[in-house]
Amino acid sequence: MSVEAITIILVLITFAVYTGIGWWSRVRDTSNFYVAGQGVPTVANGAAIAADWMSAASFISMAGLVAFLGYDGTIYLMGWTGGYVLLALLLAPYLRKFGKFTVPDFIGDRFYSSSARAVAAVATIFISLTYISGQMRGVGIVFSRYLQVDIVVGVLIGMAIVGFFALLGGMKGVTWTQAIQYFVIIIAFLIPAFAISFQLTGNPIPQLALTSSDIVDRLGQIQVDLGMTEYMVPFTDLSMINVFMVTLALMAGTAGLPHVIVRFYTVKSVRAARWSAVWAIIFIGLLYLTAPAVGAFAKYNLIDTIADQPLEEVQNIEWVSKWETTGLLQLDDVNGDGVVNFTGGEDNEVSIDGDIIVLSTPEVANLAPFIIALVAAGGLAAALSTASGLLITMTSAVSHDIYYRIFNKGASESQRLRVGRITLLIALGIAAYVGINPPGFAGEVVALAFGLGAASLFPVILLGIFDKRMNKEGAIAGIITGLSFTLIMIGAILSQSIIGTDEPILDSFFGINAQGVGVVGMVLNFVVSFIVSRMTPEPPKDIQELIENVRAPEIDE
Amino acid sequence: MIQTLNEKQKWYWKKNIQLIIGLLIVWFMVGLGAGVLFAEPLSNVQFLNVSLSFWFAHQGSILVFIILILTYAIRMDKLDKQYKEMVKNENEA
Repeated sequence: MSVEAITIILVLITFAVYTGIGWWSRVRDTSNFYVAGQGVPTVANGAAIAADWMSAASFISMAGLVAFLGYDGTIYLMGWTGGYVLLALLLAPYLRKFGKFTVPDFIGDRFYSSSARAVAAVATIFISLTYISGQMRGVGIVFSRYLQVDIVVGVLIGMAIVGFFALLGGMKGVTWTQAIQYFVIIIAFLIPAFAISFQLTGNPIPQLALTSSDIVDRLGQIQVDLGMTEYMVPFTDLSMINVFMVTLALMAGTAGLPHVIVRFYTVKSVRAARWSAVWAIIFIGLLYLTAPAVGAFAKYNLIDTIADQPLEEVQNIEWVSKWETTGLLQLDDVNGDGVVNFTGGEDNEVSIDGDIIVLSTPEVANLAPFIIALVAAGGLAAALSTASGLLITMTSAVSHDIYYRIFNKGASESQRLRVGRITLLIALGIAAYVGINPPGFAGEVVALAFGLGAASLFPVILLGIFDKRMNKEGAIAGIITGLSFTLIMIGAILSQSIIGTDEPILDSFFGINAQGVGVVGMVLNFVVSFIVSRMTPEPPKDIQELIENVRAPEIDE
Repeated sequence: MIQTLNEKQKWYWKKNIQLIIGLLIVWFMVGLGAGVLFAEPLSNVQFLNVSLSFWFAHQGSILVFIILILTYAIRMDKLDKQYKEMVKNENEA
């Protein structure tokens, strides 16, 4: 059986399982719609958080980005896990104690203002849309490779499937589906990692093989020989200020991710929220500690397989030709010598999309077709679980926070549902469009969403908990400043791909690139919030009591 | 709803803040410190088969982050218990 056939079968089986579980947990939940989630065990919730959060970017893109960036790939490794520390320590327990349904709920109530709620909802939509377009692209890549269709068709198929799952699981009960998806994701990631690690280093544990073998040295050497940057040396691909800024933007952005925060509402107590954060970081850490090894191994294998080999021989390798048809891998014999030159300079003849690194790893390493299919299923699981989480978050931001809480307080359940469904379809359309015309790799697009989160939601939630004097004037001014600054900067720096100018309007913001500029937005947000809040009246008494209540220990008897 | 925090609740919040600050200092020093700000000097230090800063950037910081969140959950459980005992003792007294 061909790789494609096995892939389709495996993907269909996993989809059937998700659908089945979605249906099963839905039936069980109908009795108590809202509190149903609050009985989710911490381990399962941890796995669900991990799946919700580890998107196509983590699964498909990250190891590839790390492979290309070498040391500087730490922005993704440290950024995304380090943000979890902020989320677990600074936000999750208090938001759980507050105990509402969405992030704009907290912001709207804490800052006693519909405008604050609206701004938070708009920020949520912005973040989720940017984030979901990365998922659409991930799904599109998987389908275009394994169905051998154009990437546009791949994205459209992905759009249909994501829409189906979100509509199906959107009501509730996504938790168990996501918990199962976590195991698909992690198994699909680890098996090829073990195999390739054993093949290259003789040690099957990739996390240990990375540091106990000489693979990083060998990779560094081979890269230098070919004229690329050194793998282990810091700041060769990004300046120190950018590594610092992007890492921090990803950290603060992770902490403010609305679809992940919502997951902490589904456990039964504050203590359970803390322990689901522990389980989530353990589950997440398993993939994140493996990714840098996969990145290094995959790059070594890739270079070793195609660099300085006769072009004709390379093009006859099955996986090379299949990826060539997707357009994500291009070989162009510029100097006509019939040999593939893979270098970091002008004479480079290989153009390779970072997003194919993980997906192609098992093929480059000549692993069994079943494993190749498994990786495809894992990539889809990662994209699907995150995309459905995001769609639900966006839908609730529009139907619950904006439509119901602000515009139509008397809206019936069915009216809200209709608004939600329409939102979902519009969001899918936009996401697909951006997925087809991406301003960067899936991981890079997602990084922009994190910058927006860092500049808008993170400061306002943090101040809402830790600064009792923070009032609505300060919070609103802060969000607007942070969000608009960051949006304008991203637009200006990436104007070529976003608006279509010939040259970027702005090269960088004082040396800070588009992905890191969110940190500047965040600092502006903090400063503006603080100043404005001190110049305007203090929040009303009942709000101050609300904050005290959030801070007080929870006694569960 | 409580009006304002009583003494014990204030004590609890203060302990909570102290714990968070302590953990975040470690978080910053390991992640952004060893991994970024001091990456250049630390890249001359050999650790296992890679440089120390590379190890922190690609693996060490993630391990430390896991330990930080675990520590937080354990210490907060302990703090919750201490608080409950204080309340219980007061009610009995």
